[in-house]
Amino acid sequence: MLAFVLRRLAQALFVIAAMLVIVFFGVNVVGDPIYMLISPEMDQQQIAETARALGLDRPIWEQFLVFLKNAAQGDLGRSFVHGESAIKLILHRMPATLELAFVALVLAIVIGLPLGLYAGLKPESRLSRFIMAVSILGFSLPTFWVGLMLILTFAVSLGWLPATGRGPTVSILGFETSLLSLQGWKHVALPAFNLALLKISLVIRLARAGAREAALMDYVKFARAKGLSQSRIIGVHILKNIMIPIVTVLGLEFGSLVAFSVVTETIFAWPGIGRLLLEAITRLDRPVIVAYVMVVVVLFVTINLLVDLVYSALDPRVRLTEATS
Amino acid sequence: MSDTALPAAATTPPAAPAKEETPFRRFVRSFVEDRLALFGLALFLLIVLLAIAAPLIAPQNPYDLASVDVMDSRQPPGAVSGEGFTMWLGSDGVGRDLLSGILYGLRISLMVGAFSGILAATIGAAIGLIAAYNGGRTETIIMRLVDLQLSLPSVLVALILVAALGKGVDKIIIALVMVQWAYYARTVRGSALVERRKEYVEAAQSLGLSHARTVFRHILPNCLAPVIVIVTVQTAHAISLEATLSFLGVGLPQTEPSLGVLIANGFQYMLSGSYWISVFPGFALLMTIVSINLVGDRLRDVLNPRLEK
Amino acid sequence: MKTFSTNGLKALKLAILAAPVMTIAGLASAQELKIGLSAELSAMDPHYHNVSPNNMLARHIYEPLVGQDEKQTLKPLLAESWKAIDDTTWEFKLRQGVKFHDGTPFTADDVIATMQRAPNVPKSPSSFSAYVRGKEFTKVDDFTVRVKTAAPAPLVPTDLSTFGIIPAKCKDTTTEDFNLGKCTTGGTGAYKQAEYVAGDRVVLTPNENYWGGKEPWSKVTFRMITSAPTRVAALLAGDLDVIENVPTSDVARLKGDAKLNVASTVSNRVIYFHMDHFREVSPFIKGKDGSEIKNPLLNLKVRQALSMAINRPGIVDRIMEKEAIPAGQLLPDGFFGTSKKLKPVAFDLNGAKKLLAEAGYPNGFKMKLHGPTNRYLNDTKIIEAVAQMFSRLGIETEVETLPSANFFTRASQGGQGNVPEFSFILVGWGAGTGESSDSLKALLATFDPAKGMGATNRGRYSNKTFDAKLVEALRTVDDAKRDAALAEAMEISMNDVGLIPTHYQLNTWASRKGVKVQARTDEYTLATGIRKE
Repeated sequence: MLAFVLRRLAQALFVIAAMLVIVFFGVNVVGDPIYMLISPEMDQQQIAETARALGLDRPIWEQFLVFLKNAAQGDLGRSFVHGESAIKLILHRMPATLELAFVALVLAIVIGLPLGLYAGLKPESRLSRFIMAVSILGFSLPTFWVGLMLILTFAVSLGWLPATGRGPTVSILGFETSLLSLQGWKHVALPAFNLALLKISLVIRLARAGAREAALMDYVKFARAKGLSQSRIIGVHILKNIMIPIVTVLGLEFGSLVAFSVVTETIFAWPGIGRLLLEAITRLDRPVIVAYVMVVVVLFVTINLLVDLVYSALDPRVRLTEATS
Repeated sequence: MSDTALPAAATTPPAAPAKEETPFRRFVRSFVEDRLALFGLALFLLIVLLAIAAPLIAPQNPYDLASVDVMDSRQPPGAVSGEGFTMWLGSDGVGRDLLSGILYGLRISLMVGAFSGILAATIGAAIGLIAAYNGGRTETIIMRLVDLQLSLPSVLVALILVAALGKGVDKIIIALVMVQWAYYARTVRGSALVERRKEYVEAAQSLGLSHARTVFRHILPNCLAPVIVIVTVQTAHAISLEATLSFLGVGLPQTEPSLGVLIANGFQYMLSGSYWISVFPGFALLMTIVSINLVGDRLRDVLNPRLEK
Repeated sequence: MKTFSTNGLKALKLAILAAPVMTIAGLASAQELKIGLSAELSAMDPHYHNVSPNNMLARHIYEPLVGQDEKQTLKPLLAESWKAIDDTTWEFKLRQGVKFHDGTPFTADDVIATMQRAPNVPKSPSSFSAYVRGKEFTKVDDFTVRVKTAAPAPLVPTDLSTFGIIPAKCKDTTTEDFNLGKCTTGGTGAYKQAEYVAGDRVVLTPNENYWGGKEPWSKVTFRMITSAPTRVAALLAGDLDVIENVPTSDVARLKGDAKLNVASTVSNRVIYFHMDHFREVSPFIKGKDGSEIKNPLLNLKVRQALSMAINRPGIVDRIMEKEAIPAGQLLPDGFFGTSKKLKPVAFDLNGAKKLLAEAGYPNGFKMKLHGPTNRYLNDTKIIEAVAQMFSRLGIETEVETLPSANFFTRASQGGQGNVPEFSFILVGWGAGTGESSDSLKALLATFDPAKGMGATNRGRYSNKTFDAKLVEALRTVDDAKRDAALAEAMEISMNDVGLIPTHYQLNTWASRKGVKVQARTDEYTLATGIRKE
């Protein structure tokens, strides 16, 4: 168990190192951050001064060594643009993104599970076919396109929901959330639905496949023969068995929700880390990109680890060894 | 997925007439049973045909700046261009005929999807085979890499790669290959492991056939079924991903637009009433992805005998 | 955000109550102003980063000595008056009775402290040092400051209009502490900093004791929404009262909406093409057969022909949707240091063809244009349209647009030996100082790092007559004479086609009915210029 956790952590360090090298040297190839920072009115002397102040006048490998030295002391660098610690910037905006991803995840289950169950239990009905066709559509719709359509429909035309931003936040146990007010829910509704769309389709499919398989199992047939009510069969026997794969997959998908929030946050002006990353990419704010990669990789590794642990708790047959065959 | 590599209809009851049926025929028969999938396939073939024939059927070459006139910009569907042809889907912000733009954009989107899919499949399959065939340390290292790759969301990896590589068709293909290869490597390795233990491979080896021959003649063909499923799913994914990256401004250059770029360009006109600049390319993109997914969905069902009734 | 954290339970109750009270709250907060900005600011420290979004926001809190009105004409602010005592000395008389937000009186000591801090903020990505460099500040008495320069410096008042005065107490406050609002003395401005969430929003509250009178807003929230359609949608959905930088494509619709006001004025930003003046063989120009040819852009007639082939009214009409004005020089007519004789070059395709033939290129040549994406309004479309126009002239034109980050690096130093890489580029220039000397100095003066001339001269244009005239103007303290000299320098460079201006942008704001925005040439969105109707 401990060896398993340790090995995972070693892997994480490896990914971080690899991504770090790619980002650090890659950004340098794309352009010189200095031209994205300075005011165009500045003369050559000032450009040189600024480059010196930010350490951008040195060769890239030297900058990399300086970075490694500082990183070893726990300093991941300051944002070129904001002048603040890059890690701090990211952690400050992380709650907004986690909140959005969390609501999207809940939406995916609440909408996807019943639809998928239905489609799995009555595979031949018209409605089931319709649900499956729609789920293919859900898979295919580009997120950014749907986002705009949602704004146009629900914010601009109907005026039901705000188009942008996050509601007022309160701090609960040190975690900033906007989900405690109606205003907050109104703000999160559209972006969360937008983000959830792909995952709804995914849950529909998982639930349907699970339900179809479970319906053929002996214990379900047995339960039916025993004359248990349909709702009890579904609620207890089927649901219990399909929840394990769904929980696992969704746990893993939480990471992808955080990643896809780059798109959603841009469209809905949601103040999370996705927008921060995109802004950093366009401005070549290398320390922020680097810090983002590190934070996100750590987050993913943690999530994966947790999912594995939960999975092994749910299903005692799974042992925490990484079988190679 | 490793256990899905059995030949398609191996477990189907012998409902077919006495006449001997090849596995391929059985596969085709089973595929066409689903009308929706058939529709998807027809739609996809039509789209590919349109894309290939674009230079012949498009009223305008949207990349030839001498034939595009800014005075034709933002004309509604059905307007007549300065050169006298009807712009059935209207024109975009620089005066490009939208129908022509979409046809040419399809070419780029499909090309990006297909190229990255084929490259990723080839590279991924090769790596997967190497892992399965060599075993031991090589396999462990490769599979660790695959796990890592799959644990990171593709959109994020692609975004960071493109940020580091820069804009351009070649760069986007590289980025897409790098986010896709792992799926193939994992699947092919799984199938290959199953195949490897089968008698015919052992027989081939005891006959003294070369490794390469064993792999290419015997193991690889038997891994193809799951690879085909992944190719369809991943191609759709790649096209969608390219559009997303282009929308975020880090994908393809704007001068030779893919569907994603066309939509992104039209995005700014959505509120002004010139809906067609964004809606029609969006529809084309949606149809392309839906058609591929319909086919992929059916393929998965057909090639996965466990769900056969 | 922090204000809520102290009393989570109370906030929770409020939140639960919020639903039924919503409509009442809506009425009560009528005094509140919500503004959508198009760019993110990087800090609340007024001296950290010399870029428009920062300077604009800082102006609400920390006032400069000299102000700029909506047409960027200098006006008294913290300095009541100023005059040149001799060619190298300026004297500023400070406004008396002005207090910082916490009541500390404003004096000459604060000015001196500011001048020490402004050029020396650590890790500044773009410092104000150029405006302070070479100036010696001395306090004469509590309300008089003298500025001594080595050479005649007519632009001292303009330079001092670019950054705000901070209290001497905050001289050593770090950028991070400014962001956290730890300079509690505040500035002298009409608004106080209440909240700053990097990359998301800034909240200001009015300074009840402002020397210039009370503001009508109980609270001003600036939200940063970089995606233009989203910004417009937020206004249409009622999330915001005012948005800046309205995309040209939406102006017509917003003007037609009875629930909205639209305000616009010409901008100090010119969009222009810069071209290779310094290479005998230019990397992105080839003969029609693909062979290497002598750089045709060195020939004045070719440059004139290219300028003449651009249909400026066409661009303004079809691409900028009338939200622009055809340009014939670097700043719109009426700005300080512009020429009254220069008019936009008229579109004349046949004339251009003739000139091209006379220059020895009757069949044209091949050329590749480069430009940035998402940097200027409709940048990609403009460059594509101009490429179309050049194609009609017989020049086989290709276009390559690059993300800003990549483009500006290559356009400035991407070639061999760190010279500009491209042959023909689209760029824009905003004259932050509101007059033409900066533009001429940066874009057209002969490139000379030692003298700080031609820093942004990406075509390496060089013309001795022009340089001499410009240097003369830069040393003339008398306003009328300097105006004339600058105008003359402008004429020399424009007639020589040192660069090809296409249009001036319009700055456009949209607001809901009941709120009126004062349009400014410098693209600043100031709450002090937004009033109830």
